Amino acid sequence: MSDLPGILERLREGKVFVADGAMGTMLIERGLKSGQCPESFNLTNPDAVAEVSRLYIGAGAEIIQTNTFGASPIKLALYDLQDKTEEINRKAVAIAKKACRSHAYVAASCGPSGRLLKPYGNLDPEDLIKSCERQVRALTDAAADAICVETMSDINEAVIWVRAAKKVAPNIPVFATMTFDPTPRGFFTMMGVDIKKAVTELTDAGADVLGSNCGNGSDQMVDIAAMFKELTDKPLLIRPNAGMPILENGRTVYLETPEYMADNCRELARLGVAVIGGCCGTTPSHIRAIARKVH
Amino acid sequence: MDYLKDISESLELGTAERVAELTKQALDTGITAVVVLNQGLIAAMNRIGEKFKNHEIFLPDVLLAAKAMYAGLDLLKPHLVRDGIPVRGRVVIGSIQGDMHDIGKNLVAIMLKGAGFEIFDLGNDVAPEKFVAAAQRENAQVIGMSALLTTTMPGMKKVVDLLKSKGLAGRVKVIVGGAPVTDEFRQEIGADAYGYDAANAVDKVKQLVGA
Repeated sequence: MSDLPGILERLREGKVFVADGAMGTMLIERGLKSGQCPESFNLTNPDAVAEVSRLYIGAGAEIIQTNTFGASPIKLALYDLQDKTEEINRKAVAIAKKACRSHAYVAASCGPSGRLLKPYGNLDPEDLIKSCERQVRALTDAAADAICVETMSDINEAVIWVRAAKKVAPNIPVFATMTFDPTPRGFFTMMGVDIKKAVTELTDAGADVLGSNCGNGSDQMVDIAAMFKELTDKPLLIRPNAGMPILENGRTVYLETPEYMADNCRELARLGVAVIGGCCGTTPSHIRAIARKVH
Repeated sequence: MDYLKDISESLELGTAERVAELTKQALDTGITAVVVLNQGLIAAMNRIGEKFKNHEIFLPDVLLAAKAMYAGLDLLKPHLVRDGIPVRGRVVIGSIQGDMHDIGKNLVAIMLKGAGFEIFDLGNDVAPEKFVAAAQRENAQVIGMSALLTTTMPGMKKVVDLLKSKGLAGRVKVIVGGAPVTDEFRQEIGADAYGYDAANAVDKVKQLVGA
């Protein structure tokens, strides 16, 4: 635990937090190769990971995420690194905490398993539960301030994550965010979950903070946040992409400028969103602009 | 009893056992395998594809329907082979090297099978050389590649270049897709088609093989 008061306490006081932005793209700029496990960088190149966190804190982020999005044993097994689950997750929290120097909170990122639960795919719920609990245990052993379950599209997987976190570490706040696609019939995740279902089931599972990350630029995230707000009094967490990716001369670019995003983030704050950060394509410049407009 | 209608409806509901049972009964009553395939399974998968395109149903519904389709298809296979029914086309499919994501690719494979194509699924993290070797080995007319990560997309160009250097360009057509992939990217790397979603990918593959 850091010396800071608990995140939930601060949220209850009405504090609006600025969170950090994208990690993966920043690591690619620092030498992460295509096909390499991004979380292995915690062991092989911790300085690069720490530098990214420091840049975001310098830009005004008050909550930073660990480089553990794909550090569940199920996901690490794709790289034959499942035996290093504990080492990778603990190291990630240590790197983030050191970068914070007690000036920011560390939220431990937990991303989807990448597999589909039965009967849609072949993943046994028991195996997923074990995988989630093992990652969460490593993260909370290393004293992460919060668990951030993110980029979820299957509500059943999201609920398993939240329950696993609450079981392993009942006193650690759990954030849970899902990724919605805009369709002519409204916002749905890839697995067909709408915002109402997300709110109901994540709340029942015990999530402390709800919301959405990825999948949308900041314009649509304002609409999503407004819908969440109508359905719940829980604190909300929103992380837009810097627009949707387009390809220019073989390079992916995101078109939302820091100023453009920041204007929408001010709208998010006005709607009462409690934690505002960035997802794909966002940089320390985006977070700096957001921090200026939000605070 | 209208077996074909019942097979279609059961397939759309994703009840695999019922589809298998009805398929067997339909064959027993003398309905030919190709009729069951076209008017039962493929007709239902077309409607599934249409509903999915219109966001009336979502991935879980498609996956359950696919399981039901396979349950019927497995029973039809020996009959189709015996009757000498030609497949609509042969397609090698996979996620490109470095990409561990396969949900989108699997969906396209399902839809193509549902449209009567023979699919050779190489899985994820597939090296460019493997795509080309598989296409040659299986005598495929089409290679389908998927990427979710922008960092893995350049691998698609390698496949196109490899086909050119082996003199296979034109004979083996290439279709690309996946969240970050665009038609501009397709043009840039010289691939033959881009599918913006699973249903669109099936339409494009049909065009590529002239089916």
